[in-house]
Amino acid sequence: MLIYLLRRVAVIVPTLFFVSILIFGLQQLLPGDPALALAGEERDPSVIAHLHEKYHLDEPLPVRYALWLGGVLQGDLGESIRINKPVLDLVLEKLPVTAELAGLAIVIALMIGIPAGVLSAVKNGTWVDYAANVFALWGLSTPNFWLGFLLILLFSVHLGILPASGYVSPAEDLGQNLRSLILPAFVLGNAIAAVMMRHTRSAMLQVLGMDYVRTARAKGLAERVVILKHALRNALVPIVTLGALEFGQLLSGAVLTEQVFTIPGFGKLIVDAVFNRDYAVVQGVVLCTATAYIVLNLCADLIYFLVNPRLRS
Amino acid sequence: MRIARAIFLAGAALAMLASMARAETTLRIGLGEDPDALDPTTARTFVGRIVFASLCDKLFDIGPHMEIVPQLATGYRWAPDNKALTITLRQGVLFHDGEKMDAAAVKYSLERHLKLPGSNRKGEISAVTSIDVIDDHTVTLNLATPFAPLLAQLTDRAGMVLSPKAAAAAGEKFSAHPVCAGPFKFVERVAQDRIVLERFDQYWDKDKIHLDRIIFLPIPDASVRLANLQSGGLDMIERVAPSDLAQLKGNAKVKTASIVELGYQTITLNLANGPGAASPLAKDPRIREALDLALDRDALNEVVFEGQFAPGNQWVPPTSPYYVKELPPPKRDLAKAKRLLKEAGHSEISVDFMVPNDSLQMQVAQVIQAMAKEAGITLNIHATEFASSLNLAEKGEFDAYLFGWSGRIDPDANLYNFLACKGTLNYSHYCNGAVDREIDAAREVTDPAERLKHYAKVAEQVLKDRPVLYLYHRQWIYGFTTRLTGFTPLPDGLIRPQGLMLH
Repeated sequence: MLIYLLRRVAVIVPTLFFVSILIFGLQQLLPGDPALALAGEERDPSVIAHLHEKYHLDEPLPVRYALWLGGVLQGDLGESIRINKPVLDLVLEKLPVTAELAGLAIVIALMIGIPAGVLSAVKNGTWVDYAANVFALWGLSTPNFWLGFLLILLFSVHLGILPASGYVSPAEDLGQNLRSLILPAFVLGNAIAAVMMRHTRSAMLQVLGMDYVRTARAKGLAERVVILKHALRNALVPIVTLGALEFGQLLSGAVLTEQVFTIPGFGKLIVDAVFNRDYAVVQGVVLCTATAYIVLNLCADLIYFLVNPRLRS
Repeated sequence: MRIARAIFLAGAALAMLASMARAETTLRIGLGEDPDALDPTTARTFVGRIVFASLCDKLFDIGPHMEIVPQLATGYRWAPDNKALTITLRQGVLFHDGEKMDAAAVKYSLERHLKLPGSNRKGEISAVTSIDVIDDHTVTLNLATPFAPLLAQLTDRAGMVLSPKAAAAAGEKFSAHPVCAGPFKFVERVAQDRIVLERFDQYWDKDKIHLDRIIFLPIPDASVRLANLQSGGLDMIERVAPSDLAQLKGNAKVKTASIVELGYQTITLNLANGPGAASPLAKDPRIREALDLALDRDALNEVVFEGQFAPGNQWVPPTSPYYVKELPPPKRDLAKAKRLLKEAGHSEISVDFMVPNDSLQMQVAQVIQAMAKEAGITLNIHATEFASSLNLAEKGEFDAYLFGWSGRIDPDANLYNFLACKGTLNYSHYCNGAVDREIDAAREVTDPAERLKHYAKVAEQVLKDRPVLYLYHRQWIYGFTTRLTGFTPLPDGLIRPQGLMLH
């Protein structure tokens, strides 16, 4: 078990290295000169020349990569050309925001998806099952930004009970923080809930057909105990690992949702960075997200191990 | 005993009234983008200038009729040969860090704008060769050749005076905590989230400031910005879309204000730049005229902008004192357009039309495409991401390019870079020696009437050569709560805090 863990951790470094080369290379495919994109409307040639020199934009690609990598190994992820702020500071500023949004979204997804999946499996074939499937289809098909706009119109403009956009940190005002995140978290969570619901449903259906469930019923246990204590526990294993993977995906920044709700998280950061050809920011964010995703993958596997005794041998 | 209690109660009541009268007012303004680094020397965004209007005062400002008015300076005087500008400074002005503003600080700031590597101001005031401190409150800027637009440049970021002590200490990191002499001082900035400014109690014109805090919130999506205003999440927003105006007019808690911008939107035609110069449009001015006459500027305005914007045909709007009234926008003449095309030897031509893929620009392009088609000119729209379009424009990989300029106070800044042979933004590569001479002449005289005479000659020639087809001028449209009074928009689109009151 320990060896397995160590092997997995050892693979992280070469994976990150490969990811960083990939994103560095892909960025160069973006047409346009970053200095031009950032030189202001007048596009003063001397400013462009200065930016080229300062950010080594004229150097060959491997040289620039080596310079960047050298910085990273010393803890310096570079600087945003657009606002002259160190990338590390930006990442540390935005990561908690996205993490909180992702966390809330997953919680909402679990709160909706698992009960819906259980109900749908237990009442398999009835109108409850049908309704839950329609809900799942709706959740998967609805575009995030459209749902976002509708919710803003309803809750902010017409009802006036939630802010239309923006973010307040929990340290400043927890109540306002939750109010500003509930709509985007719902928009994100709703799509994941649909996925969760479908997986829970099929896992439950599979488990409910197993011998030990029949045995539990034969022993005279209450139906609720059979479903929740015996069936659901076993069905949950793949669900929780799925949750960990979805969380990793959310950490890369729910771009559209963050744009609509103006949440200053990773998604917004990376979109603006791409449009402004702010290479250092894109590199830094991708590196952090890749790390987070790999670690979460590892955690998902570990949870699987821990929860399923049969795998431990 | 009773008297004592009465006095005590009266005193308490007074204290309470006093504290109520001093309840903190915070103005929350929604911006269309996140500003770039808040350093006047390197800043390059329009929204950055909106923040600076509250943060950093400048030597001069503009008044409602685009005239130069004093701000940190109280007056100016050109030398008889126009090669020196002497500026007298206001006394008793303090920077946010408590330091005094004097001639040395102005000299420091101007030299920083001229010399800092990466300065975006250098091109604006490059005419200045040296700065002399005459006394504590007088500076003289020396020029190699006369340059009338210099004064207008000093009404923008090039005229912003920074605290030398703070600037020297911060070096390149000045933008992390800018220190200038504006009515509000910098508190904090969270990238892409907010910029918070707080009232500066020792501002020289503090009687005009009635707000305690201003918070700028960048919200790029126009619909979300609007939703915030309607729900009360913001007190004011800039750049309301014309299509949203009707919605706001129906809301009793919200007012609107608008004003025509200083800039313009064009179709820039490639005359001599790279691959695009091979198109029929580049070779024959009659075809360019045909395209111009195929356009119905009023209809374009009605269809895309609900009649809210201002059709135009010159580099300044019709409301500008530098507009050549004798050359109004042409009316659509489809018959003449078709005839000109035939005279040029074509019944149908095809042109590549590069358009930034912004939804409003795309709508404009599609209307133009439909209009041009009726005259036999097929415009093939290539929706291009803005940063890429700039690159392609430089290389000449376009026949026609839908391109705008945000505009400056001085008309020279609206045309030199685009129409002069050496213009750095002259993507068309238009070069006409006579036009160049008139543009240069207009730079060297300071009398507006004289300058207008030169610009009239430029307009005559340029409207004939048609390197650029000017289409319209946008309106800056603001939405704000009815609780806000004292707001007057100015053509530069900035939000000035002087006189604003939030009830």
